[in-house]
Amino acid sequence: MAAAQAQIQSSPRRPTQVFEDRGQRLWRWLTFSPALAMMLALSVLPIANLFLTSFQNITWADGQQVRTWVGLTHYQALFSDSLFGAGISNTLIFAFGAVAGQMVLGFAMALLCTKIVRGRVLYRAIFILPILIPGIVIGAIWKLMLNFDFGLVNKALGLVGILPHDWLGSPETALFSVIVVDIWHWTPFCFLLFLAGLESLPQDVFEAARMDGAGAWQELIYVTLPLMIPTIVVTFAFRLVLAFKVFDEVYLLTSGGPGTSTEVISFTLYQRFFTEDKAGYGSAMSVTVIFLVSLLLVVALSARRRTGATS
Amino acid sequence: MSRRTHSALPVHITLAIGAALVLVPIIWTVAAGFRTQISLLMGDVLFTPIGSNFAEVLWSKTSDFLLNYRNSIIVGIASTLLCVVVATLAAFSLNRMRWPAWTVHLFLAWTMIFHMIPPVALASAWFTMARAVGLENTFTGLILAHATLNLPMAIWLMAVFVRDVPKELEEAAIMDGADTPHILWHVILPLITPGLAATSILTFIFSWNEFAVALTLTMKQTATVPVAIAKFAQDFEIQYTQMAASAALAMVPAILVLLVAQRYIVKGLTQGAVK
Repeated sequence: MAAAQAQIQSSPRRPTQVFEDRGQRLWRWLTFSPALAMMLALSVLPIANLFLTSFQNITWADGQQVRTWVGLTHYQALFSDSLFGAGISNTLIFAFGAVAGQMVLGFAMALLCTKIVRGRVLYRAIFILPILIPGIVIGAIWKLMLNFDFGLVNKALGLVGILPHDWLGSPETALFSVIVVDIWHWTPFCFLLFLAGLESLPQDVFEAARMDGAGAWQELIYVTLPLMIPTIVVTFAFRLVLAFKVFDEVYLLTSGGPGTSTEVISFTLYQRFFTEDKAGYGSAMSVTVIFLVSLLLVVALSARRRTGATS
Repeated sequence: MSRRTHSALPVHITLAIGAALVLVPIIWTVAAGFRTQISLLMGDVLFTPIGSNFAEVLWSKTSDFLLNYRNSIIVGIASTLLCVVVATLAAFSLNRMRWPAWTVHLFLAWTMIFHMIPPVALASAWFTMARAVGLENTFTGLILAHATLNLPMAIWLMAVFVRDVPKELEEAAIMDGADTPHILWHVILPLITPGLAATSILTFIFSWNEFAVALTLTMKQTATVPVAIAKFAQDFEIQYTQMAASAALAMVPAILVLLVAQRYIVKGLTQGAVK
């Protein structure tokens, strides 16, 4: 995504044509305006609407919407909202925990896959499958797998003498379980990107390292990892963004519970809007989340510009 | 050479364990769809498969699953068509037309921010807007929402594919007096067809999988498959075997796509991020 911008930005301007005629100008607008219209109508407008609503209270009287101006009340309330705090901290723990696990496991599997010749396509096909399955189905699969009474996880652990545990029902393990499910869901994505990255590395560097007598570990640390840094950075950013948005699995597996132990920010937002019907307060929360997200992007982009790490 | 054959076995074993960790939960869940509730609770390894869960989910009067399936297909195909056409035009425009740099940067930065926002944050605003123009509980509302949600990814992907078309071909066409629609249709389009296929397949799958927005914008008649499956989990007494059966049915497009078009999926998933 960041790469896409850099690509377009760096594509050289056509030197042969200095000015465009009226026909080209018309087509330039015609080809771009559908996308522009969609983004304006369905992203800019709703966010503007949220911003406006975040200063209001919405009540219903005789089927009519009544909006009253409340100023910054909602934003002030955010600071003392323990659910919002729990949502933010759980989302951070979830995102960094899950993505770290996915990166390490995905890299290891991709590295192993490059060591074999036969069966690479088959393994790749199997590992892609979870990426394509609906998040809600993943939730259903693991709700069954982690069931206290008949789930396969407790059965398997029973074989090695571990007592059955209510993984999703106890506050100590609920978030951990959701993280493990997310690792199961998205490690394949990291695997796929890392495999593509590893396959495109120049082979002569490895031959040179081997000639110099480098062992497998030295080769990994001094050759493979440094060459893979651009792919690693892009994959990390890509996954982190998606992890911040997690909703489906949590909705099905725990619904934020027990207590607030798996309360992630998407779920907090959902409850304010649709369970409690607090549109004004929910909007203030949304605007705050959107602001934090934009801030994150600005920081990431400026860090990228400073280091020039990728592309 | 001997070192190579020596170390191959542990590699194969580790990869096989990885593959088993991916496949076992899926197979076990599909198998649970063929069990009776009692067989599932008892956890017998061997069981006589029954079809009644699937029959119940698909044909029972109280189940809307076939309707949900049809809804998901309609929304998936329509939103994919809309999204991919709009994205291809935009990618071409931003890449090959003479837009000022700030327009391109601002637009792409906005698509990035939009892509990072949890859809739940927008769902309520979309719901309000849909109701204001009479599109609540219609396919149109959900189709527009899904097309918009997938638009950033589709634009980035198509931008990569359009960029890979050699500029010389376009310049040669201009020399021959071709205008913009001619270039787009006869020069660019034939060369980006594989990329277009990859983007379309991914967009369809993401629409098929989308839950949060479908949950808020649909009602009984327009509900999609994920919304229907989520309902199972909320029943007071969860029908586990029926939940497993409908989960198995919901995985069919993913498995079909994987069997038929693995090449395109890999292309779509890797090109956008790595390139």
